[in-house]
Amino acid sequence: MTQTAPTKQPNWFSRLAHPGVYLNWSAYLVVPLIIATIITFGIGLWFAFFNSPADYQMGETVRIMYIHVPNAWLSQMVYAVMAVSAIGSLVWRHPLADVSMKAAAPLGAAFTAIALFTGALWGRPTWGTFWEWDGRMTSTLILFLMYVGLVALWSTFNDQSKGARTIAVFTLVGAINIPIIKFSVDWWNTLHQPSIISTEGLSMPASIATPLLIMMLAFTLLFFTLHMVAMRSEILRRRANNLERRHIAQKMDVTS
Amino acid sequence: MIDLGPHILFILGSYIGAALVVMLLIFGVWAGSNKQKKRLADLEAQGIVRRSQSTES
Repeated sequence: MTQTAPTKQPNWFSRLAHPGVYLNWSAYLVVPLIIATIITFGIGLWFAFFNSPADYQMGETVRIMYIHVPNAWLSQMVYAVMAVSAIGSLVWRHPLADVSMKAAAPLGAAFTAIALFTGALWGRPTWGTFWEWDGRMTSTLILFLMYVGLVALWSTFNDQSKGARTIAVFTLVGAINIPIIKFSVDWWNTLHQPSIISTEGLSMPASIATPLLIMMLAFTLLFFTLHMVAMRSEILRRRANNLERRHIAQKMDVTS
Repeated sequence: MIDLGPHILFILGSYIGAALVVMLLIFGVWAGSNKQKKRLADLEAQGIVRRSQSTES
């Protein structure tokens, strides 16, 4: 008598992460996320322009911080999301991890571009220069180039699942840049101020910290909203590609 | 509106530049999503559907 091994039931996370199931449950989250993002931006911008004082040193230019710091934070957080997705792609070969990695790359590039651009505009009145080749700025520029490279790399693969393995390896190798960016202000002499958020809390008064934290939340919500919509779009794109490929194969079978 | 002082161009330039990039990003993601939905709808109109959908109908 032969005994068949009991089939292992997928756990709740695997069930939720199935691309088809993801399309179903994420559909209910898109609109609430959009509303939460708009409201948080509204409150954050109101605080940034109408309910926060000028800094005693930087004057009114402190208001640039309310968009520069959230984008600098996102430039690193988005890469962390990509690195975690890359592990999911390499270890579990999960298609949703590939989709998450691909959808995050252009978003990370855009947030890093904003961080660099606003940093340059903030640097001119406060330091007297738009750019300085110091550790923080140079490593952030490298991060931007890495994002652009990864976006370009995705477009070179016809077979996205094979491409995902290669890109996941590149993504994980590039993750070494994240602690370099984080600790660059401690390791090297720099014009850039040290981290404003540390284990000892925020190194600023509440009147400036409040708009900053609200704007950080707003930009983080914006990322999660766009990431979710971009992931849904990528799943649909793969579905349409598979249907077209199957249709062409069926037509060739009929003609042969 | 508050007085943004002598560095108004730097402050507004930062916000306007960031807003432009964010708007481009939103438009890109929205247009990409619409394009894929339209592609699938066109395929469905031609009767090209997923196996699970064709067995359901």
